[in-house]
Amino acid sequence: MTADPVTSERLAITTDGDVVRVRQAVRGLAQGARLSLVDQTKLVTAASELARNTLIYGGGGEAVLSVESNGRRTGVRVEFRDEGPGIPDLDLAMTDGWTSGSGLGLGLSGARRLVEHFEIDTGPGRGTRVVIASWSR
Amino acid sequence: MDSVPILKIGSTLLVSIQVDLQDQSALQLQEDLAERITQTGARGVLIDISGLEIVDSFIGRMLSSIAGISRVLDATTVVVGMRPAVAITMVELGLSFDGVRTALDVEKGLRLLQPDDEDVAPEQLLLALAPDAPA
Repeated sequence: MTADPVTSERLAITTDGDVVRVRQAVRGLAQGARLSLVDQTKLVTAASELARNTLIYGGGGEAVLSVESNGRRTGVRVEFRDEGPGIPDLDLAMTDGWTSGSGLGLGLSGARRLVEHFEIDTGPGRGTRVVIASWSR
Repeated sequence: MDSVPILKIGSTLLVSIQVDLQDQSALQLQEDLAERITQTGARGVLIDISGLEIVDSFIGRMLSSIAGISRVLDATTVVVGMRPAVAITMVELGLSFDGVRTALDVEKGLRLLQPDDEDVAPEQLLLALAPDAPA
């Protein structure tokens, strides 16, 4: 993931409607990057889970979308950032079915399964930053 | 916020989700459907999700809830029209869709719900599904 970003877009996540806008923007980039339909659907679904997490658990934040190319493959990268309380026990939060709220507890663990690249940086009091990316085949 | 129209065909309520739903709209649909089931005494709820590009954990949970709510209100829910890429993604995400009956399309779903209902001709169904058709 050391490719040059081709385009980059920043979207605020402060309402329900913003979650929909993130989904649509990710879909647009994934189509442009020629990801397969299944990979597009997986990436958009993962982005939807993470955008909702940013809104509900992070108290709002932003998504930064970019298209990257390494000359051979084109990828879509989405970074979610919030300045919320952070996640104190990441291992627990990444467990299927565990939730601190009223969700199904599939957001983080499910999103990780749906994308090629997943990284998370979080801790108590320092917010949460999640990066996902998938590449054309 | 978009609201999703609910049509009635025979003893079945038909919902066709055509837009990317906000979470609030999804919750609203759940309430509207519960209301309409009790008002009309409908025995079946058919939800067409062929227009949905994704089913994430929120929408998945909403569909399971609708199935549960209609069950306690004495109605059966069938979800139809799921796209193949959505099915693959949903399973990988870990959504089990417990208690939700599915069928491939509206016609098959309607046959599940109204096997003996001679009143509903396919033409009537297509009419109801056509854009701008009166409810």
